[in-house]
Amino acid sequence: MRPMSSITWFKLASPASFFPLARRLVPWFGAAAAVLAAAGLWLGLLVAPTDAQQGDAYRIIFIHVPAAWMSMFIYIVMAFWCAVSLTFNTRLAAMLAQALAPTGAMFTFVALVTGAMWGKPAWGTYWAWDARMTSELILLFLYFGYMALRNAIDDPRRADRASAVLALVGVINVPIIYFSVKWWNTLHQGASVSLTAAPTMAVTMLAGMLVMAFAAWSYAIAITLLRVQAIIVEREKNTRWIGDLAPGTR
Amino acid sequence: MKSSGLPEFLAMGGYGFYVWTSYVIAAIAVAVEIVAVRVRLRAAMKSASGSDHALTLPDDTQ
Repeated sequence: MRPMSSITWFKLASPASFFPLARRLVPWFGAAAAVLAAAGLWLGLLVAPTDAQQGDAYRIIFIHVPAAWMSMFIYIVMAFWCAVSLTFNTRLAAMLAQALAPTGAMFTFVALVTGAMWGKPAWGTYWAWDARMTSELILLFLYFGYMALRNAIDDPRRADRASAVLALVGVINVPIIYFSVKWWNTLHQGASVSLTAAPTMAVTMLAGMLVMAFAAWSYAIAITLLRVQAIIVEREKNTRWIGDLAPGTR
Repeated sequence: MKSSGLPEFLAMGGYGFYVWTSYVIAAIAVAVEIVAVRVRLRAAMKSASGSDHALTLPDDTQ
């Protein structure tokens, strides 16, 4: 194995060198996600006390809040890689953006569904066209639009550029989602966790939510690194280094 | 939560349907994604090993 110092960042930016790194990292982030999810579920379902106002319905937030955070965070990371790919014309950045989109859509879907499941007992309705919910739904459509645009363009490099522009235009939606509960008088409540104010929830509730958020984070990294391997192989399959990966072909 | 048996735990103070629907849908979404990505990677590897390889190494910026 080569010493770490000889692996420059420039080298890692090529799909051929990134592929084995992604392959090595997946089990670690996958294991971390599993352990954190187990700990978070234990905290959230068994340790955290029943909420005085909302009863046990509030336990949905251990899924809902991390999923909603990830839905926005993944979009920002995706848009970042889109900007890198447009600016420097690097293939790996575009591949990472491509690999992030389905996971972002999955978290957005989970955030919307669990939000509806919480809304029914808390507000008496599964859905309302309020600013937070509507902008989160638009986020789901942005992910779908990004993926659909990619699939509609045969040339992957043109697909990279077109979808990157779409992703970058759509990034304006993320602050709208985040600040919607402040800017408009929404049905959706304000943030439960704030960096500036003292937490309004029990310590075990907060701990469960944060541990679940780290689990979601680890999962997103693991699944993205797994998917980017598939994307690299799909897009580079006519190159020699991919041929060298497949045993028994030469 | 004061635990006094599984039925009470599953009832979630009367909110069992909403709570467990949320957790089950999230679990299914994650499971489906993991299976889909694994299938995609396996198919990509299989397809790549069947193609005839051009003798070019990928350059960085095309």
